[in-house]
Amino acid sequence: MSDAYDLIIVGAGPAGLAAALYAGRGMLKTLVLEKGIPGGQILLTDWIENYPGFPEGAAPFDLMERFRKHAEKFGAEFMTDEAKALREDKPWWVVDTEEGALKAKAVILATGAAYRRLGLPGEGRLTGKGVSFCATCDGAFFRDKPIAVVGGGDNALTEAQFLTKFASKLTLIHRRDQFRAIKILQDRVLKNPKIEVLWDTVVEEIRGQDKLEGLTVKNVKTGALSPLEVEGLFVSIGMIPASGLVKDIAALNGWGEVKVDQKMAASRPGLFACGDVCDACPKQVATAAGTGVAAALAVNDYLEGWGELRRVV
Amino acid sequence: MAKMTDVSDANFDREVLEPGGAVLVDFWAAWCVPCRALAPVLEKIADEYRDRLTVVKFNVDENKDVPARFGIRGLPTLMLFKDGKALETLSGSQSREAILKALEKHL
Repeated sequence: MSDAYDLIIVGAGPAGLAAALYAGRGMLKTLVLEKGIPGGQILLTDWIENYPGFPEGAAPFDLMERFRKHAEKFGAEFMTDEAKALREDKPWWVVDTEEGALKAKAVILATGAAYRRLGLPGEGRLTGKGVSFCATCDGAFFRDKPIAVVGGGDNALTEAQFLTKFASKLTLIHRRDQFRAIKILQDRVLKNPKIEVLWDTVVEEIRGQDKLEGLTVKNVKTGALSPLEVEGLFVSIGMIPASGLVKDIAALNGWGEVKVDQKMAASRPGLFACGDVCDACPKQVATAAGTGVAAALAVNDYLEGWGELRRVV
Repeated sequence: MAKMTDVSDANFDREVLEPGGAVLVDFWAAWCVPCRALAPVLEKIADEYRDRLTVVKFNVDENKDVPARFGIRGLPTLMLFKDGKALETLSGSQSREAILKALEKHL
């Protein structure tokens, strides 16, 4: 195999890109494998207002471009391809991709997370026809139309607030009697005259054939069903860690997150994880970057053990 | 890299439906970041499949009729037309593989 690296990083969100910067600067021959384009989930947000050092906020795409350039500056290579399988061929780790096998002394898994779906009939068929997982992408299709958002976390409340730029009326559907989101977001939503909150409520049915025509919602305390006439439904009920690549080779916790120790090491030597896919990251851009840095530093230490083999690939 | 032509409400039928060959339409808007993310992937596909497929861009901000005609309410949306018929619709961010999988059975 000619494609040998010190380190392969799978995923180029904030975690993977921060790891790539540190690994590159640490003179490791580093490859970043990304199936789409660098940036990850945050590209689906309209604005980042809590990344330290950016008091005026930052556009996600621009911030991630800066992350990528920074990693490239220190020598990290990028490849657009999907990691199909990860296996050990001692002492190497081998990543199988569409274009062939790549090997490395260490692997950092930075694959992030994917949207959790409601799991209701019609959800898939009507995605892009009224059902959406991305407010910034699809909000403008619902100008002066009634919209619902499902969820109660930071992301759901951020999306709801953003969507009132377009919606004639916005209904926020939440299964509990209080939000999980941080206080500042709660205050904004509760003060927004366009937003009505349906507490203790879940979506029971998504109606429509070729486009979303409405919902049936259920109050979980009373069991009462009621129709909700909306043309748009934005689902924001959390994420599922994208840990499929290692599900059979590394220990996961009950949420499907890769278990890591304080040095971001997973349960197999040479395998590390950072960002939203691991169990040590509080789902923020800054913590994703931080765990990425920690993982790269740990890889550096780990490769000391390779002695002369180090950096001779 | 193949340059993708811009198609509008005014010339959609002439550019997409009437030529008869396979045409992949990328419905996008400037405010849709995942659309920007998809663009390099599509450029590469346009290049690799240029003997069998035309890839065009359609700005939904400047053109409302065609998106309404096909009930498009999400971005990015990719639609494959062949012989004037819509054969595939992909909504939301897609991997290169997902796009190729949807395309290849028709090309």
